[in-house]
Amino acid sequence: MKKISLAEMDPKKKGRIVDILATGATAHKFMSMGIYKGREITKVGQIAFTGPVTIRVGRSVFALGHSMAKKIMVETE
Amino acid sequence: MIKKIFLIGNPNVGKSMVFSRLTGVQVISANYPGTTVGISRGHCKIKDENIEVVDLPGTYSLEPTSKAEEVAVSILKEQPKDEAVIINILDATNLERNLFLTLQLIEEGYPVIVCLNMCDDTLHRGIHIDIPRLEELIGVPVIATCAVTGSGIKLLIERIMSAGSRARLKPMHRERWQQIGEIVQSVQRLEHRHHTFREILEDASVRPVSGLALSAVVVYASFNFVRFFGEAMINHICDPVFHKLYLPILERLSGALGPESFLHHLLIGDLVKGAIDFKQSLGMLTTAPYIEFAMVLPYVISFYFILSLLEDIGYLPRLAVLLDNFLHRMGLHGFAIIPVLLGFGCNVPGILATRVLESKRERLIASTLISIGVPCVPLQAMIFGLLGKFSGFYVLGVYLVLFSLVLSLGMILNRTVKGFSPEFMLEIPPYRFPPVSLLAKKLYFRVKAFLVEAMPVVLGGVLLVNIFLYFHLFDIITNLCAPIIKGLFGLPKGAVVAILIGFLRKDVAVGMLMPLGLTVKQLFISATLLAVSFPCIATFVVLLKELGLRALLKSTSIMIAVTLIVGTLLNFTILH
Repeated sequence: MKKISLAEMDPKKKGRIVDILATGATAHKFMSMGIYKGREITKVGQIAFTGPVTIRVGRSVFALGHSMAKKIMVETE
Repeated sequence: MIKKIFLIGNPNVGKSMVFSRLTGVQVISANYPGTTVGISRGHCKIKDENIEVVDLPGTYSLEPTSKAEEVAVSILKEQPKDEAVIINILDATNLERNLFLTLQLIEEGYPVIVCLNMCDDTLHRGIHIDIPRLEELIGVPVIATCAVTGSGIKLLIERIMSAGSRARLKPMHRERWQQIGEIVQSVQRLEHRHHTFREILEDASVRPVSGLALSAVVVYASFNFVRFFGEAMINHICDPVFHKLYLPILERLSGALGPESFLHHLLIGDLVKGAIDFKQSLGMLTTAPYIEFAMVLPYVISFYFILSLLEDIGYLPRLAVLLDNFLHRMGLHGFAIIPVLLGFGCNVPGILATRVLESKRERLIASTLISIGVPCVPLQAMIFGLLGKFSGFYVLGVYLVLFSLVLSLGMILNRTVKGFSPEFMLEIPPYRFPPVSLLAKKLYFRVKAFLVEAMPVVLGGVLLVNIFLYFHLFDIITNLCAPIIKGLFGLPKGAVVAILIGFLRKDVAVGMLMPLGLTVKQLFISATLLAVSFPCIATFVVLLKELGLRALLKSTSIMIAVTLIVGTLLNFTILH
């Protein structure tokens, strides 16, 4: 098990959210979209090195800006 | 006593489609979150009573995070709870995420009826939902619907009044997700499925290499479709109709009126070499309808066909992901591409669509860039018509100038405009394939809206210009502006009138350049200036409404500065 951010994760890998470093409105938005601690996610892909990260959460697919993705810490195998 | 019915739900669950079914009011829907940025109102007959139905922009929760969401929530909170019924619309293919808002609404004590939309889609995705069990668990009525085909809507109307409020304890958000997990576990059964071709395509379109390749194909194909389909319509339908059917009637009228009469001047305009010339006569019955129907309308139809198709399939959010990096340099994020694309059709809906952007700074930057650097279809059609006959190189040139302008202006605004630009966060919908009837309806709706809006202004504009020309009222203004127009831009005095008319409508303005006999260079400069200078009056009004007076003044002074700089630069350096 290693703890990395969504931005560092490899595409097509699965992971579990262990920490969300965002606060305020961003944290709130994550919560209302179903992105919260303990949730399992799959990384779909990422555009270039600093581009948005696309993840699958349940049956939804979300694209997150790069610095947002860096705030979501996941545990992968 | 129920006074209002509110439609509320997550973004992109088909609220507007349900709204259209309930009220018969046609609204634009598309497959991306945030299509509806304003409030639509209509009426629905329920047990012989006409009740107002309000369609709200999509929101994920009752605590808003964008301006569109704020609007939705504040309108809902204004209404006393015992006078409203809420139809909470859910995407049945994504029950879990949608239930968060549902539970919040129920906890708050609103009378809720759940409309489980897109039920047809669940079947071929292998999702089975036990509806009676769901009703039991959440305690409010649940109706399965498919708004695209209309199934279930009748039942929804019948049961609207059975919506009951079941106010209950508000848990912490985490606990609510836990409750939702339990509900979903007990009502939803998923068939195991292999990845379909559609899902593989969905993922490929947001990965760097495959995504960019796909987007290049999509953009190239769209552009060519719009061009060739538009041209074909002009050559095979519009031109023959105007020249073979309409012209003989006008020739008779012209003969009857006599070429020297005032009425002839207004309706037919000037005769060119003794004959009516649709492109140069400039009359209310000649050039005005010719510009709109034979030069602009064909492109409007083909453009909106492609845009509507891309919207409904769900491609646009993927384009937003691919362009996010690029748009960041201009202080925007990926989603701004959607207002920009809409702006290519007409700047007005483009600027309205900037409401989905979270911060005021982003909205100012996006609106300014759209009104300066994004030419609407009518303007583009005229530029094609005018410059295309010299060489495609000039048309490309106009686009290049506009593109570099947007790029440099965007980077400058990013450095200078105060405020913050939030990060990009967007839900990517699955690809969907809309029925042709739906596409046709949307196209009809948009084309009709274009004609209703454009025709009165075009006719009025040409009338006004002709009266002014007849009584030589333009002379004062043209003489006043001559030093700038002639000295800086190298254009003849007559072009002043065209640029002024650009305030009313851009297509007519370009049309007014036609009789002036300009050189290619002059045409190129004036066409570019018409694109970058102040937008048409309709755009101005929305800018004022959306940005407020101060920001509008800021935006306008940027436009004036840009016009002066670009015109002079083009005249003295680039094309010298």
